[in-house]
Amino acid sequence: MAGKLVGVVGVGQTKHRAANKEVSIAGLVRTAAKEALDDAGMTWADIDAVVIGKAPDMFEGVAMPELYLADALGAAGKPMMRVHTAGSVGGSTSIVAAKLVAAGVHERVLTVAFEKQSESNATWGLSVPMPFAPPLVAGAGGYFAPLIRAYIARAKAPRHVGHLVAVKDRLAALRNPKAHLHMPDIDLKTVEESLLLWDPLRYLDTCPSSDGAMAMVLASERVADELPGPVAWVHGMAMRSEPTMFARRDQVNPQAGRDCAKDVYAQAGIRDPRADLDCAEVYVPFSWYEPMWLENLGFCAEGDGWKLTESGATAPDGDIPWNPSGGVLSSNPIGASGMVRFGEAAQQVRERAGDYQVPLRTGKALGHAYGGGSQFFSMWVVGRDKPAA
Amino acid sequence: MAETFTAHHVLEYPGGYTRSVGPVIGRFLTALRDGRIEGVRLADGRVLVPPTEYDPVTSQDVAPEGDHWVTLGPAGRVETWTWVREPRPGKHPLDRPFAFALIRPDGADTAMLHAVDCGSPDAITVGMRVAPRWRAERRGHVTDIEAWVPLADGEEPQPAPLRVPAEDEGPVTGIVSPVRLEYDVTAGEATTRYLRGLAEGRIVGARAPSSDDVYAASRGTDPRTGEPTTVEVEVRDTGVVTTFCVVNIPGLSELAPEIPYVSAQILLDGADNTFFGLIRGIPVDEVRMGLRVRAKWADELKPDHTSIEWWEPTGEPDAPYEHYKDYL
Repeated sequence: MAGKLVGVVGVGQTKHRAANKEVSIAGLVRTAAKEALDDAGMTWADIDAVVIGKAPDMFEGVAMPELYLADALGAAGKPMMRVHTAGSVGGSTSIVAAKLVAAGVHERVLTVAFEKQSESNATWGLSVPMPFAPPLVAGAGGYFAPLIRAYIARAKAPRHVGHLVAVKDRLAALRNPKAHLHMPDIDLKTVEESLLLWDPLRYLDTCPSSDGAMAMVLASERVADELPGPVAWVHGMAMRSEPTMFARRDQVNPQAGRDCAKDVYAQAGIRDPRADLDCAEVYVPFSWYEPMWLENLGFCAEGDGWKLTESGATAPDGDIPWNPSGGVLSSNPIGASGMVRFGEAAQQVRERAGDYQVPLRTGKALGHAYGGGSQFFSMWVVGRDKPAA
Repeated sequence: MAETFTAHHVLEYPGGYTRSVGPVIGRFLTALRDGRIEGVRLADGRVLVPPTEYDPVTSQDVAPEGDHWVTLGPAGRVETWTWVREPRPGKHPLDRPFAFALIRPDGADTAMLHAVDCGSPDAITVGMRVAPRWRAERRGHVTDIEAWVPLADGEEPQPAPLRVPAEDEGPVTGIVSPVRLEYDVTAGEATTRYLRGLAEGRIVGARAPSSDDVYAASRGTDPRTGEPTTVEVEVRDTGVVTTFCVVNIPGLSELAPEIPYVSAQILLDGADNTFFGLIRGIPVDEVRMGLRVRAKWADELKPDHTSIEWWEPTGEPDAPYEHYKDYL
């Protein structure tokens, strides 16, 4: 990885919920930020700069919330910036913050991402009819469900594989007290009998809508080395974008995702992600996106993603656990969800994941986010040990 | 070149955003409902109104309970002001000309933005004494103070009219925040040409200059390279369903049809991109990848998307997977 070393030295998040009516937006982001500062053993005064991210302003109807949140996040008299790349924003915000440290600009950066979806309705926010645009409105699931059908046809996948992911991630979430959904009784039958929303997607194949925030403190090597707590070192980070529409675009297995993974693996010295990583926290908002992204991220050959899922390899006790925290299928504060993936990957290599800690073998984990019509990708690999010089 | 289309657009979340305010602002709003202005004394001794959940300088928490809470004013002084000559109905707090002013209630070290109802810009000065004119019907909102009014020397502020609390009334925890954006959207030249084509029953595409790719509808550029798509190509109104989903959720928008319906990606004959279309004229459980479809044109053609009502089967044999596999 180019630049100076960057360490994750503090992680904090809210308990994700359908509606967190007890706090304001400022209260929500402060809950996560204070937990991250405490974890790092720092105070507001120690922070050099703040980087905040969230998805579209239409979700809360607060235009440019970073302005209103500057003093809530201790940014008075300090640089503050806001990042936005749709659903991948939590990942890209983490990367922008980390690059401020990698570039040697700052030594202690607080980064926060949030969404308070209960203030409006995400389906409305994602589907506002615009003049001159084609009028058919089918919501986010209506955009992705046809791509899932295409994947099933292309990979000749049996129809139950998506449901396996829906069960696996909800059972994993039972070990994560911060997860939004806790469904101890979920099984394959419950998923198969849940409402068919966007055939082939059933209700329990889709993520919830959550209020929540995630925060991290990122530090330079000099600062991180002096702190008593564990550090997740950034071994690689990358972002890629592509247009939502172009001729013969591979919408199921987008090139931007493949290229982004290749870049981040090269930086982190990952040759075989299944063997070289201990776990992955990947943005899977619809169950079928696990096998789809297994292929996109090179964990198996194209067409084999569903076989890997079906084999149990991605379960918490499998050889390459995916989303041991319960993932986006169990908590989805959209703007924060990407940073939750990045932060959960960091917690695993810091051995701070509590009851959902995976055993560390290589000491490396992947955090991943995507957004828009699969057009924005952001990823990082974090490690328990400093990257080899 | 003919004029490009422009449309007026209103963006508004139905019913307004439901904003939870947290315990500190909630207490301030609850006090307003009671006819009282409350602020908080910060660690450095300054009194902040309206209060925030955190000290704006140190970012330390401000507790929602405790003896750092102080009742202020209700009279105060104008710190600065600007005159609103032409109030807009529903958008300004008063329906007659007024001042927006920063008002520092007695006992506070900060000022709050509010309206001063004083008739004329000649009747307001910096440093002028003002007092709140409370509404009788208060709901825990900053507009529980209808406006501030000038206070003569020695005059006492009017108390808030008595208000009977609603049964089971708790502290204020949220407000509804209506947000409305109105603006004009311009279609751009390429989209305007496409829409004009629809009014003539034609689907106008455009060829990318450095490849043979045809886009229908084109946004005016090749999305791969950014080069302008200047060569127009007419595309047929038939094509193939590459993939689809069956929507079983009612009321996704006013435009969505009765459920269940099929939303499909369609690859037109002669085009190289797919777009979403509604499939009708076939039971939803018989729709399949590869289905050949044709545009169902409206009886009355107009230069907008209503000219193609939906897509329906042509009756031709299905396209083989090989034909469209690179378009998924």
